Amino acid sequence: MADIAQREAQELAPRPSRARRWLRYILADYKAAAGLVILSVLLFSAIFAPLIAPYDPNDMAFMMMGGPSWEHPLGTDDLGRDLLSRLLYGTRISLFVGISTVAIALVIGVGLGVMAGYFGGFVDTVIMRYVDLQWAFPNFIIAVYLVAVFGTGLLNVIVAVSLAFVDDFARVARSMVLTIKEEQYVAAARTLGASNNRIMWRHILPNTMAPIIVQGTVSISYAILAEAGLSFLGLGVEADTPTWGLILSDARSFISRAWWLGVFPGLFIMITVLSINFLGDALRDIMDVREFKERH
Amino acid sequence: MSGYLVRRFLGAIVVMWAVATLVFFMLRAIPGDPLAAILFDVGDAQAIADLKTKLGLDQPVYVQYVKWFWLLLQGDFGNSIYGSRIEVSRIIMEALPRTLSLAGIAFVIAIAIAVPAGLISALRKHSALDHTVTVVAFLGLSMPDFWLGIMLIIVFAANLHWLPAIGYQPLSEGFWPWLSHLILPAIAVGTPFAAIIARMIRSSMLEVLKSDYINVARSKGLLSWRIIFVHAFPNALIPVVTVLGIAVALLMAGAVVVENVFAIKGLGRVLIEGILNRDYPVVQGAILAVSAIFVFANLLVDVLYTVIDPRIHYD
Repeated sequence: MADIAQREAQELAPRPSRARRWLRYILADYKAAAGLVILSVLLFSAIFAPLIAPYDPNDMAFMMMGGPSWEHPLGTDDLGRDLLSRLLYGTRISLFVGISTVAIALVIGVGLGVMAGYFGGFVDTVIMRYVDLQWAFPNFIIAVYLVAVFGTGLLNVIVAVSLAFVDDFARVARSMVLTIKEEQYVAAARTLGASNNRIMWRHILPNTMAPIIVQGTVSISYAILAEAGLSFLGLGVEADTPTWGLILSDARSFISRAWWLGVFPGLFIMITVLSINFLGDALRDIMDVREFKERH
Repeated sequence: MSGYLVRRFLGAIVVMWAVATLVFFMLRAIPGDPLAAILFDVGDAQAIADLKTKLGLDQPVYVQYVKWFWLLLQGDFGNSIYGSRIEVSRIIMEALPRTLSLAGIAFVIAIAIAVPAGLISALRKHSALDHTVTVVAFLGLSMPDFWLGIMLIIVFAANLHWLPAIGYQPLSEGFWPWLSHLILPAIAVGTPFAAIIARMIRSSMLEVLKSDYINVARSKGLLSWRIIFVHAFPNALIPVVTVLGIAVALLMAGAVVVENVFAIKGLGRVLIEGILNRDYPVVQGAILAVSAIFVFANLLVDVLYTVIDPRIHYD
């Protein structure tokens, strides 16, 4: 008797929330834990950059191309600006571009993918023809093509990079929907007279989230690399904006005399992308998502 | 099989047509007049009108499209509208071997590093060596290729003077001048690809080593190197071949950026310079050339796939 009561009590006790279980899992994996900590620090310094940065990022008041010192831990650039302050402000733009582009790409891509998978037929054909066309090209090249059309600038870069990532999300969402829409609860919802919209967005969408979250995490790291690459090529944000790619690009002519101008911006990019990749890898294990690599 | 090949080939042609059409209409939908860029120093209304007539820009868009497409089919990409005004097709033919050399050497270097690394990682699972390979692979994936290029220049060209820092020498100038100019950029381009391949070989090798036929081979008492290289490795390569299409994508995207670091005037540099100069005919030509490489490389990979894995049949 006592046994049964105990078991019932156990079953009735609230399970730890999903977020808490994931957090526990992430902290158990040293790579993912490191990634999470570093990302939190970066996010914090991005938000509070004006408070943390030792100097104004555009203040040209200091010695030109001074090496790392107590006053300027990462040195100064060719115009006498403090490199650490510029890189901290750069964190803002990089993370903002990474997160906002993936958010836009996710909404458009998942929307298209869910509709293609759910309706099938003509809708599916039209959407997937386009998605497959985009799939034939690497995202970065598509972003370059789109910047060629839209022109440079922060907003155009965000639009170009988000559109370049749409196909990844559309494919993941569609393949999930194709399996989920055969589930009994979807048939049940339909029998109860739920509309297509309700079934798609309330019943199917929430159950496609695991692989989409994994894809989203990985995409943030690629989006950050894409923005850095575009800025480095002169196709990114406006001149003088402190972003990691642009700081590196500006530094190119001086690197032989000032190694810190070449090393530190790249380290910021690498550490950020690395922590996101560690986290993404752990999320993939937690949510048991097969790597989405099949192309055909 | 041949039916499948024909279908895939026609599919590739359709994709190229779609890309060409998209590029044509998107570049014409841009706000702003490209002619203003050519005639910025003249600013004369009559001169602009004359040039419009000369370039056929006063005709309806669909007429322009048909004409443009007809010329394209004959290999005429138009002329550059910036600087020297030479033919775009000539610019592209000069750039093509540079990009292909870079991507090819990057591929060879990446495979030469990734295959042994992946194998060791799988055979010594959870050893210190395996962990090292994993961490290095993650680093390689997370590094911006253009930054790696800059670091390589600082170390191996500027300080050690082992290899030239920038530029390109055609193969006709000799093998070593050609190769030496491409080693550093090829490492920069190939590193992310090597990281992916090493990880894939590790996981697919671990998968294969667990299978029954490997156990049978072991219980027959076959030598372990024979099991590894004759029985396991060829099968472990199959999933790797499927990502070769992705490889082409990665290597080409890498080349586009890295060419700009090493001042190699390949397709990537032509594309970026075209964009920065608003040289639309060059941009169009470069986009079409880069796209054609992708589409046909993917076609080739699909064909190769059927050759390597006889279990796959297309009808």
